[in-house]
Amino acid sequence: MDAVTVTDLVVDRGKRRVLPGLTFAVPEGQVTGLLGPSGSGKSTLMRAIVGVQRVRSGTVDVLGHPAGSPALRSRVGYVTQAPSVYGDLTVRENARYFAALYGRGTGEADAAVADVGLREAAGQLVADLSGGQRGRASLACALVGAPEVLVLDEPTVGLDPVLRVELWDMFHALARAGTTLVVSSHVMDEAARCDRLLLLRDGALLADTTPAQLRSDGRSHDLEEAFLNVVRAREGVPA
Amino acid sequence: MSATRHLTAGLTLATTTRVLRQLRHDHRTIAMMLVLPSLLLGLLYLLWRDVPTVPGQPDTFDRVGLTMLGVFPFVVMFLVTSIAMLRERTSGTLERLLTTPLSRLDLLLGYGLAFGLAAALQAIGTVTVATTLYDLDVAGSLWLVVLIAVVDAVLGVALGLLASAFARSEFQAVQLMPVVVLPHFFLCGLLVPREQMAGWLQAISDALPLTYAVEALREVGRSVEATGTMWTDVGIVSGAALLALALAAATLRRRTD
Repeated sequence: MDAVTVTDLVVDRGKRRVLPGLTFAVPEGQVTGLLGPSGSGKSTLMRAIVGVQRVRSGTVDVLGHPAGSPALRSRVGYVTQAPSVYGDLTVRENARYFAALYGRGTGEADAAVADVGLREAAGQLVADLSGGQRGRASLACALVGAPEVLVLDEPTVGLDPVLRVELWDMFHALARAGTTLVVSSHVMDEAARCDRLLLLRDGALLADTTPAQLRSDGRSHDLEEAFLNVVRAREGVPA
Repeated sequence: MSATRHLTAGLTLATTTRVLRQLRHDHRTIAMMLVLPSLLLGLLYLLWRDVPTVPGQPDTFDRVGLTMLGVFPFVVMFLVTSIAMLRERTSGTLERLLTTPLSRLDLLLGYGLAFGLAAALQAIGTVTVATTLYDLDVAGSLWLVVLIAVVDAVLGVALGLLASAFARSEFQAVQLMPVVVLPHFFLCGLLVPREQMAGWLQAISDALPLTYAVEALREVGRSVEATGTMWTDVGIVSGAALLALALAAATLRRRTD
């Protein structure tokens, strides 16, 4: 079953057409990576999936409902690229507030804080944390709702490699438990960690594939190079 | 999508708690909220202390001081909430909240409750200081003064939330304060009695909710028992606050460009 279905999605921001007509589906219970350079429309697409982006035409359905419908609000979690948590609250207070909004208790809030590795920093004000810690605090505030669909905009930017691996392990653990994850990234080495890949460039979908398929299509074991080869092949440039 | 989804008391209260927790971490703001109005009122007290009063006329400070008990919470809460809401918008937390089960009215009422509570503490402090240290004479119950101050504060909160929709930056938000607050203050009847205003100014004064708050305070100031006029005024100010909250909810767009 597909958790997210996007059909002919067109989005304009100001006078600029950011997404000129996208169609794809995101399978349930997998980690789908949304990859592309900065400015390719990843964040806009994610905002459309959580239902906060004004769309010009086309449809976005999540778990069988139109994106953003009230029925989805406790079932879809969203973590923006810039950490959107309250700097003047502690990590624990932030998690407990979002827990309350999702109808969960303080126990779940504390567990989510521990899950992102912030147990020791739980009593600190978010404003006093490092950028990476702030991002994880923001992630905890989405995890606390135990959403069925988790949309994460560049969740691993600026994290040390050990933490990055831990987070990716957690994403896969969530997927095994049935959660659908849509994770954006602009670094291709993260593509290898995804079950499925959506390659975005200038708002257009270059490929809806898997890491293994991309390696074979791009005739390279290196995903970055494979991606480049696919782009060149599309544009008729000899590799 | 309906403009105001069903309200959930739990989510409103969770938001109130969250806003109060944010305040609690900001000791300087708490100190300023609680102490500054009393200090400013003291300045007014000293200003008029040595000015002889006209026999048969009420003491000037009694009149001005009482009015200011309504003006302070209105101004302070307008400023604090318009900045707080702007921060929700610019930090991305607003967009995030709108993807959660929290409804827009839950959010705004949560703010109204939190700052209304802060205003109650502020009013209790200011009224106590004014009536003991500054000999402010109030014929009616001091609790009614506190009540009017709180209703006024909620009006300030509601207008502040609404105003934040028209500001893109904190610079702009701060400048909206005089635009909204000063006309209320000029025309509320403190500087020039309302009867002496030009007809069209009186009409504007009639349309500004602070006018009714000031009238209510005067009623408490001169009559021992709560008057019908006072309750009508309190009702009008509360109604205006609710209207501003509803308008603010309408300006909160879930989907943006």
